[in-house]
Amino acid sequence: MSQETTATPGRIDSVVAPLPIDNIDTDQIIPARYLKVTDKSGLAEGLFANWRWQDPQACAGPRADWVLHQEPFRGAEILVTGENFGCGSSREHAPWALLGGGIRAVVSTRFADIFRANALKNGLLTVTVEPRVADRLMRESLEAQSGGREPVRARIDLGQQQLDLPWEVVSFDIDPFAKHCILTGVDQMGYLVDQEGDIARFEEGHEHFVDTRELVARG
Amino acid sequence: MSSAPRTLLDKIWDRHLVRRAQGGLPATLYIDLHLVHEVTSPQAFAELDARGLRVRRPDRTLATMDHSTPTEPGLDLDRFRVIDAQCANQLEALRRNCAQHGVPLIDWGDERRGIVHVMGPEQGATQPGMTIVCGDSHTSTHGAFGALAFGIGTSEVGHVLATQCLLQHRPETFEVRVDGALQEGVAAKDVVLAIIHRLGIDGGTGCVFEFTGSVIRSLDMEGRMTICNMSIEGGARAGMVAPDEVTLAWLEGRPLAPRGERWEEACELWRSLPSDEGARYDHGVVLDGAAIEPMITYGTNPGMSVPIGGAIPSADQIPEGSRPSFDKALRYMGLEAGQPLRGQKIDVVFVGSCTNSRLADLRAAAAVLRGRKVASGVRMLVVPGSQQVKRQAEEEGLAEVFRQAGADWREAGCSMCLAMNGDRLEPGQYAVSTTNRNFEGRQGSGGRTFLASPQVAAASALTGRITDAREVTS
Repeated sequence: MSQETTATPGRIDSVVAPLPIDNIDTDQIIPARYLKVTDKSGLAEGLFANWRWQDPQACAGPRADWVLHQEPFRGAEILVTGENFGCGSSREHAPWALLGGGIRAVVSTRFADIFRANALKNGLLTVTVEPRVADRLMRESLEAQSGGREPVRARIDLGQQQLDLPWEVVSFDIDPFAKHCILTGVDQMGYLVDQEGDIARFEEGHEHFVDTRELVARG
Repeated sequence: MSSAPRTLLDKIWDRHLVRRAQGGLPATLYIDLHLVHEVTSPQAFAELDARGLRVRRPDRTLATMDHSTPTEPGLDLDRFRVIDAQCANQLEALRRNCAQHGVPLIDWGDERRGIVHVMGPEQGATQPGMTIVCGDSHTSTHGAFGALAFGIGTSEVGHVLATQCLLQHRPETFEVRVDGALQEGVAAKDVVLAIIHRLGIDGGTGCVFEFTGSVIRSLDMEGRMTICNMSIEGGARAGMVAPDEVTLAWLEGRPLAPRGERWEEACELWRSLPSDEGARYDHGVVLDGAAIEPMITYGTNPGMSVPIGGAIPSADQIPEGSRPSFDKALRYMGLEAGQPLRGQKIDVVFVGSCTNSRLADLRAAAAVLRGRKVASGVRMLVVPGSQQVKRQAEEEGLAEVFRQAGADWREAGCSMCLAMNGDRLEPGQYAVSTTNRNFEGRQGSGGRTFLASPQVAAASALTGRITDAREVTS
């Protein structure tokens, strides 16, 4: 997590590692057997466990064909992936594991809703680009992986909402509130807690029919 | 309020706005019911504790344990049968957190315990018009009652614990209409697999599905829950069915349902919720119910399915851009493009999960198995959705049908749906499963899943091969 603490929020400069797979679900990002923790640490070894280890149960035997085990992608902070990244389970362990593994941004044409919300709450950037942009970035990065060109270095500037690639600079959309929170360190929990007055007023006028405590009172 | 016709989502959304969205700021949405389980809550409680915050509305929060709990048969269950110390620690953390914050917990050994999405409706906690969240993507299940129900991450679990609110952008509306009538032998599971096949697994991204049409209206609550449950498999965080008399009849008399005059007041509100005539949806699709066949998946996401009598597509039927993923899925599954699925050999059959573990699902599976035997070499697990479903199934004699057939009749829980609790496939094994996800390794590292209805699962258990239940029962 050292990259995370020393890096400037919203600015990334890194080699891009390619994962040319569509619909990477959160069970692939971090399988359920790693969800037994009660804190957020120690999830990095489970990151992509089924694809990354020869023995996925034991997290043993790094697979040589796994991009993040190869130079110069080993320390990559940016992934480019196929479409619909992060579908499936709502586990926030997925962005925790990615960040734990040093990934700070994912570039794709589309992200699943819950994953995107979870990622941005943790400062993991979801950079949504057009297929044309993703396709070229994927193609060039794969070529770099097979030794056909030098690694693709990209710069991401959240403030400018820009992805700076060796051949073009593209802008990307991002939820303005999430961006604001990441850049200024606004704490969403605190922001909500400060709305207490409005919440209490709302509750006075809100029709509601359930008191869950009745279940335990009856025992 | 404008008088323009409104959708069910519009009505629920507007009723829950603490603050409207403005100038790029999200809306503050009030949450009526927060369901909590052991896996996605510990870090959220820790966050509250670190800030010295309390759970704001324990009376609108309900916790249980389902994901990592064992399902071995027997009532003398205790923490020593939990598969490892980490799981035991997580269960202990939930107990401690609930006790400390006064959150009602349906604990281990409670006869009402079950999968959170089975237990909530069963206890009457799930009601029309509510906003319901849980740190679990299958929270969409509760939309079957005409509630706005969706999964959230652990940061948001913390937000709701502390404030009973979430910061949200309004989703788009997507009407999924299924007209006509289903053929005999076609189940709700087949309907939702057909919908996902049609829309793609990201077809609903950014949207809430509203399922409408005569087929949806004709379904019982269990069938509606099966369909809403898998909304997330179509990319939509939530799916909903407008409440009607079927909904109200199902709810009346449940432990947390209102009574007497309050019931009448509630019904009046609930009857006002269905989308108005002429309400506009942002997106829409119409399916012909009569054309839906029993479905089965062949790949590694829930959109990769075919009618059970059909064959896996050939490579040239797959768009070029999707071929690498298609090839990767077939390699994982050990299957060939163009291959028929009926007759494919299987090792395990799993009936259970928040998708298909309710009494109606168990009845459907038992009807196929009655008086017959599971094929030798096939392991069949039946895991009821709740201890209450289990008891009802035992009273009705369904459990005996499963046992007589040679199936393993177990205690309630999520079990092999996500293989956290020790119930899992071995590498390479094939399973027909009534669950919601056929992702790589979902039911155990290297395990290979075919998603299907309880009927197809039971029929396949009898033959040891993927089997159309209509051939067995006719």
